[in-house]
Amino acid sequence: MVKFNIEGLNIWFGQIHSIKELRMEIYANEILSVIGPANSGKTTFLRMLNRLNELEMNFSMKGKVEFDGQGIFTFDTEVLRKKIGMVFALPLPLPLSIFGNVAYGARMHGVRQKKKLEDIVEKALQEAYLWDEVKDRLGASAFKLSGGQQQRLCIARTLAVEPEVILFDEPCSGLDPISTAKVEEAMRKLKQHYSLVLVTNNVKQAARVGDRTAFFLSGELVEIDKTEKIFTMPSDTRTDEYIRGKFG
Amino acid sequence: MRNPQRTEKIAFFFLFLATLVIALPVGLVVIIIISKGLPAINWQFLSDIPRQGMRSGGIFPAIMGTVYLVTGAIIFALPIGLLAAVYLSEYAKDNLLTRVIKLAIVNLAGVPSVVYGLFGLALFVVFFKFGASILSGSLTLGIMILPIIITASREALESVPYSFREVSYSLGASKWQTIRHIVLPNAIPGILTGTILGLGRAAGETAPILFTVAAFYLPQLPKSIFDQAMALPYHLYVISTQVPNVDEKIRYATALVLLVLVLCMNLVAILIRYQFRKRKKW
Repeated sequence: MVKFNIEGLNIWFGQIHSIKELRMEIYANEILSVIGPANSGKTTFLRMLNRLNELEMNFSMKGKVEFDGQGIFTFDTEVLRKKIGMVFALPLPLPLSIFGNVAYGARMHGVRQKKKLEDIVEKALQEAYLWDEVKDRLGASAFKLSGGQQQRLCIARTLAVEPEVILFDEPCSGLDPISTAKVEEAMRKLKQHYSLVLVTNNVKQAARVGDRTAFFLSGELVEIDKTEKIFTMPSDTRTDEYIRGKFG
Repeated sequence: MRNPQRTEKIAFFFLFLATLVIALPVGLVVIIIISKGLPAINWQFLSDIPRQGMRSGGIFPAIMGTVYLVTGAIIFALPIGLLAAVYLSEYAKDNLLTRVIKLAIVNLAGVPSVVYGLFGLALFVVFFKFGASILSGSLTLGIMILPIIITASREALESVPYSFREVSYSLGASKWQTIRHIVLPNAIPGILTGTILGLGRAAGETAPILFTVAAFYLPQLPKSIFDQAMALPYHLYVISTQVPNVDEKIRYATALVLLVLVLCMNLVAILIRYQFRKRKKW
């Protein structure tokens, strides 16, 4: 099933042409890895999907982006972003308690009853493999957690609003290998219920968790295919050079 | 000939000297006012009305007048200043109108206080026919401290990391929800700092209340916001220059009361700010 359908997408920030004639699809229940060097448009692509780009002053775009067969600009931003969650590059807890962080989205969408919020928080923390580590101190500041825990808290916070798609923007760039492994483990489990888009600078990570992999270079989609294919016999030499570490 | 250790010592000497020069007047002001004023302070001085042409008795009406005026100014200026600051820092697009408004606010901060006094006289006392009253005085003082509150609030709002807003938006929160639940709570300490500064200024200024509210001699408490009132800074001015043969002790005691009053008001705001700072954890 197609979640996102993108055709002829161009994005500019002022004079800079960040995404050029992008055409691709994102399916339900897959992990799509997006790799590419810095300034290749990966993050811009990701922030297009939940319309965060338009917060920038000089953003302009052309083309078609459809979510569940409907143009993303026909949605209210609040509704769209509720369906499309995002986990940022750095662990960014809000200055609230652990509970407050996970409950934030639900509260903003009108959930008031304490019992219901507690259920949502527990479920989300369990899905993000954090529940056992924090269940005794839900009232503590989220900043008291370690980096890896904070990132899983951010995943839980995203899950708590029950999105259909989760966007990961280099979620492990600030984490140690063990925390990274835990986050990746969480992602693999999440795939059963959600579509995941993972932007990563770590080519090995893309190979480990991605069902399909897209390679971006200077704003162009060079290649998108099954991950095994991209990593064994890519059809474009630039992909081959990038994943073998010849540049990047 | 270069001797780094010696230059170090010379530099240290001048830096320290400059710091001392700053601290000295502050210390002297406090010491002089306390040593000359404290002997005259007693319960009667704080709670009685002025007697014998303000040469004896107390300054209670002036204390209460200042409290009313400052409270009124804050009630008026804080909500308006805060809402304007939220608009300017969160909603306003960077266009000509916004820039003109920002420029106007900066300039408002530079207007001499006596000009506010005349403005208050023309607008509130005469045009709106509030007369010389606590309402006119509070509004005049409120306008005077608006730029202070707006500037401090804007800085406080803008110092809340942008990433918090992005996170909030990414969870589907609306702009107002984001401001209400994430930005404002974290900007409160800075907003209170601005309020403290404004409060001190409002309590101490004489010129803006001169034409709008201050009574020369009014040995009773005001009954409504449309009454005139005495106020500490103006009372101090009166007994220092307009009334002959006032005991020096009484003048310094009045100054001391004004100083302590402002400090007390600041203290309340500082305590509230401290409570909020404890919660700030990024």
